[in-house]
Amino acid sequence: MSTAHIMASGMCGIRTAGDLVAWMQLTRRMKINEAKQYVAGKLGIDVADLCNEDVMQDVRKKFDIGNICAAADGVKGITAKSRIADLLDISINSVNLFKSKLTAPLH
Amino acid sequence: MSNRIWIRMGDGERVSMAPDEVKKDLSAGTQDAADKGRIPELTQEELDQLFEIFADPNRIVAVSPGEEVITTDDGASGIMVVDQPDGGTALPMGYFNAVLAFERICCADTAGMGHYDYSCKPVKSIINYEKQRYYMYSQATTIPLIYGTQPNLGLYFQPDGPFPNAAELIPQGKIEEARRAQEMAAEALIEDLVFCAKELYEVGCDGFNFDTSGSAGDADFYATLKAVTKLKTIAPDMAIEIGMASEFVLGLHGGIEYNGKRLAGMFPHEQVKVVEEAGADIFGPAINVSTTASTPWNLARAVTFVKETVAVANIPVHPNVGMGVCGVPMVEVPPIDSVTRASKALVQIGKADGL
Repeated sequence: MSTAHIMASGMCGIRTAGDLVAWMQLTRRMKINEAKQYVAGKLGIDVADLCNEDVMQDVRKKFDIGNICAAADGVKGITAKSRIADLLDISINSVNLFKSKLTAPLH
Repeated sequence: MSNRIWIRMGDGERVSMAPDEVKKDLSAGTQDAADKGRIPELTQEELDQLFEIFADPNRIVAVSPGEEVITTDDGASGIMVVDQPDGGTALPMGYFNAVLAFERICCADTAGMGHYDYSCKPVKSIINYEKQRYYMYSQATTIPLIYGTQPNLGLYFQPDGPFPNAAELIPQGKIEEARRAQEMAAEALIEDLVFCAKELYEVGCDGFNFDTSGSAGDADFYATLKAVTKLKTIAPDMAIEIGMASEFVLGLHGGIEYNGKRLAGMFPHEQVKVVEEAGADIFGPAINVSTTASTPWNLARAVTFVKETVAVANIPVHPNVGMGVCGVPMVEVPPIDSVTRASKALVQIGKADGL
């Protein structure tokens, strides 16, 4: 049933820009249109192309933020989220924790 | 039969109706919501749009390009691994793989996860295990990962919990005793909700979903709101979603208030305002479904409530669209035709920010 909703009305996650718009709702409480405009502005594309697979696959490759068809050397998971936080200029809790572990002193 | 429209009843049964009968049910549905919630009915243009959604001969319908919204869920990926009572398929795979499949095969915008029981109380005793799971999943997912749990105040009453059972006290006329019991139980629930969410925040939790809030009435909703208020201070970088149990906050206590506002009797457009005050980031209204009424009646009703809720909300609104709420039939396997019609109508006419 959830997949039916995703296909009927969802942005389709990392297949397009769904995860990016979702991050704006979660971190900035943005309503859907504001969130889409914000993300489109950061990506340098039209709002209409946020759910256009043909455009978004190239955009995701260009910024290296994770693609639905996984390249062996492409980022995914926490590495992708770290790049998304920088790209969208947002604070992501899991990324902050990850970075704090990476940069913590060894002694 | 050619001029008749195939629709579903609220229990999923497929029946056909004449176009005028569909229109009549759409009008009656929006009027019922307007009467109960004291909110505006849908306009004639919106009712016409809703009629077209039902009259569409295609089995599956969808929003137009550009209208897509964000999906959040209550651990929907878990459906792959749980069994029948949870609507699950019992695939021989782990929850971790289910979450990844939800991201990369189902293409969800966010993924929910949680304890199999899903209520907060059982989570507390295994919180370290849940922290390990969240941290591990979080390293692998790109989409936002949201931990969900149901406040479920009912588990705090005897015989499941330590407090006198309000549902037993009320029929005995012991109203004050029932109220005290609910207030004490609510304080214990607040402590547990804050404990679980705070522990998960420490392992990088990006989002927490208080799902099916208010299932045990106004004291349950109160505990959720108070927990969210506390969490926004101690876990500022964790988004919080509050999803409701029903369209109407049951007044099992009757007098409990949040910031001077009586919670009993609140409808979605009122619930969202106290949810905002508490500091939550996303609100999920749940509009009840009548199993003996048609889906045109049920969906018109749901869209009327959702439209008003979105109109007054300053935060994203994601209506709950599981089985038996917001126009989706109350049946174990909700028919795809009804699911997608609810999906499309709530977004196109209700102007939902997500589902």
